[in-house]
Amino acid sequence: MTTATNTPEDQGFRLSQLIYDTRYRSITIQVIAMLAFMLIAAFLIRNTIINLSALGKDIDFGFLFNRAAYDINQQIIPYTSDDPHWRATLVGLLNTLLIAVLGCILATIIGVIAGVLRLSKNWLTARIMTFYVESFRNIPVLLWILAFMAVLSEALPAPRAFRGDDPAASMWLWDSVAVTNRGTYIPAPVWGDGSVFVVITFLLSLLGIWAFGKFSQRRFEATGQILPNFWIKLAIFFVPSILVYFVMGRPITLSYPELKGFNFGGGLHMRNSMLALWLALSFYTGSFIAEIVRSGILAISKGQTEAAFALGLRPSRTMNLVILPQALRVIIPPLISQYLNLTKNSSLALAVGYMDLRSTLGGTTLNTTGRELECMLLMMAIYLVVSLLISSGMNVYNKSVRLKER
Amino acid sequence: MKKSVFLGALTLAGLAAGTAMAQDSSTLAAVKERGVLKCGVNPGTPGFAAPDANGNFVGFDVDVCRAVAAAVLGDSEAVEYTPLTSAVRFTALASGEVDMLARNTTWTFSRDVDLKNTFVGVNYYDGQGFMVPKDLGVSSAKELGGATVCIETGTTTELNLADYFRVNNMDYEPVPVESFTEAQTQFLAGACDVYTTDASALAASRASFENPEGYVVLPEIISKEPLGPLVRHGDDNWGDIVRWSLNAMIAAEEYGVTSANAAEMANGTENPEINRLLGVEGELGAMLGLDNAWALNILTQVGNYGESFEKNIGENTPVGLARGLNAQWTEGGLIYSPPFR
Repeated sequence: MTTATNTPEDQGFRLSQLIYDTRYRSITIQVIAMLAFMLIAAFLIRNTIINLSALGKDIDFGFLFNRAAYDINQQIIPYTSDDPHWRATLVGLLNTLLIAVLGCILATIIGVIAGVLRLSKNWLTARIMTFYVESFRNIPVLLWILAFMAVLSEALPAPRAFRGDDPAASMWLWDSVAVTNRGTYIPAPVWGDGSVFVVITFLLSLLGIWAFGKFSQRRFEATGQILPNFWIKLAIFFVPSILVYFVMGRPITLSYPELKGFNFGGGLHMRNSMLALWLALSFYTGSFIAEIVRSGILAISKGQTEAAFALGLRPSRTMNLVILPQALRVIIPPLISQYLNLTKNSSLALAVGYMDLRSTLGGTTLNTTGRELECMLLMMAIYLVVSLLISSGMNVYNKSVRLKER
Repeated sequence: MKKSVFLGALTLAGLAAGTAMAQDSSTLAAVKERGVLKCGVNPGTPGFAAPDANGNFVGFDVDVCRAVAAAVLGDSEAVEYTPLTSAVRFTALASGEVDMLARNTTWTFSRDVDLKNTFVGVNYYDGQGFMVPKDLGVSSAKELGGATVCIETGTTTELNLADYFRVNNMDYEPVPVESFTEAQTQFLAGACDVYTTDASALAASRASFENPEGYVVLPEIISKEPLGPLVRHGDDNWGDIVRWSLNAMIAAEEYGVTSANAAEMANGTENPEINRLLGVEGELGAMLGLDNAWALNILTQVGNYGESFEKNIGENTPVGLARGLNAQWTEGGLIYSPPFR
């Protein structure tokens, strides 16, 4: 068999080839698109610079080192109005991260429960979960945040109501938790002398649980025997820490909230702004996660379950050993973007007065210094970095649960 | 990731390009050509700037906008109002979205110098006060240690509050709120013990409560808040027009020129200052680049300073503010116009 060698004569490169030759056409289009994009970007940036200089405004981040002069109610690190703007920004950033971490945890819990229950054979349970998912994900999250805030501040009693001999409101759980329209006050730990040993013991027991898990897995693979893992881990979790706690003479005590002046004092104050934002973001994102979990589980063919049952595995082991490991690789990638969404949506915090990055750097700092462009640029850079960090962290986890082809 | 950086940059540049139209060579020419004055006002402070039942903005600050429109365009209704939150007002002015701001804005050094604004005068001398429910049993701001305080973010009041409590060695819990209405909701629900803002706004706010008698404004005034209209740097002629429109209202009250008698006085009076003000003598209007009847238009269509005060925020209105510091200098107040000469 002869192959026809009809290679055209090499006529050298002609300009028309840029349009008519498929080998070059795509490059031509890309180059033109790129040039157009760069022209537009250059135009906009030049425009900005000219306008700023015409207004007599320069780009200067020096304001970050001036006295901030405003107060922030929720501080993870100490802050007073004498501190500079960068520290206020840092306080705001930490508040953003706090709400993001708490939100991601709660949203995942809610999402997994709702996602699994939506597949329940119980008609009522499945319908309730459908109702939850559809109502939360089809209403803008800002409205949910405001709704939660309205409920918390309108429906709950003011601290004044706890006063007097026959108060209109009373505290919960043996007078240890006060739920008011300014926030919820819970007992806070007070770290006395020697409490550091209790904490170290506790951290060591966590390490012990991890080591025991490895050991038990190896033993299972070698001998086929299954230890009562759960009970042993539970014992490691509690027993050593409690022993050390009593040996050291109970160094950790609780401070309980009590009425002092206008408000409750003592204990830990979880502000309503934080609770409203946290719950609203968690329930909102949870509804999306529920759908992701449901789709992940449905993506695993029924044959897998049936095969596991045929081997005699109990339903819980089937879920843990067969279904979930396979479902996770479907679930994790969209879950990453939900975590990113939650983090970015937390910038709506200003609506309820939660002092996050947007409220400190992008709110009061921006307003009092008048440095709009600088604050916006800095804020965008910080959110970008946070998002990229979350996404790269989750990608590492994704790699570890990905289907490994051997 | 590269792509998202690009898109981010593009968005940012797009935002910044919004400021592109800032550079009118002359605001006066632009307003005359447009035939309408763009004025930035408060979205809703009863008495100062708030929409009435028909959706038209009315109020004490709004009257400054109307006065400028009457002076420049001869029609006090030729105003397009832009409601602005405290967070965006300076950006809107600097970008040229509005020609002037009349939005109870405190005149401060940094706003005047660093933010490149020109404050043209003071139309209300205010100060920051505190409002509490009567049954809290507090009679002085010095007793507020440990209280929860509702405060609008991004205002000078937030900074005064921090300083006041620090100087007096008291703790407090700030509850930041985004807007005036949100502050009222939180305060009425008891989510904060105290609401603090300019005393005039406290009075306006209290007037709109269902049960105003249940709330008291504490006697302490902890700051100076001179509120006035402003324009952006760089167009001195436009600044002069806004400044002297306000001064015309103030001077007219001093000389007894009102909306009722202005037209009659424009036929000529014994007082040369009134004659110059109303354009009977001299060419003051032409010096501003306006019609010589500019001040006459202000007075017939809007009225003098005192009339505007009584109509919008005076003692016979729900807001019920006394003249106090805002009386004419001849009556022991601070309101004073340089001479029309």
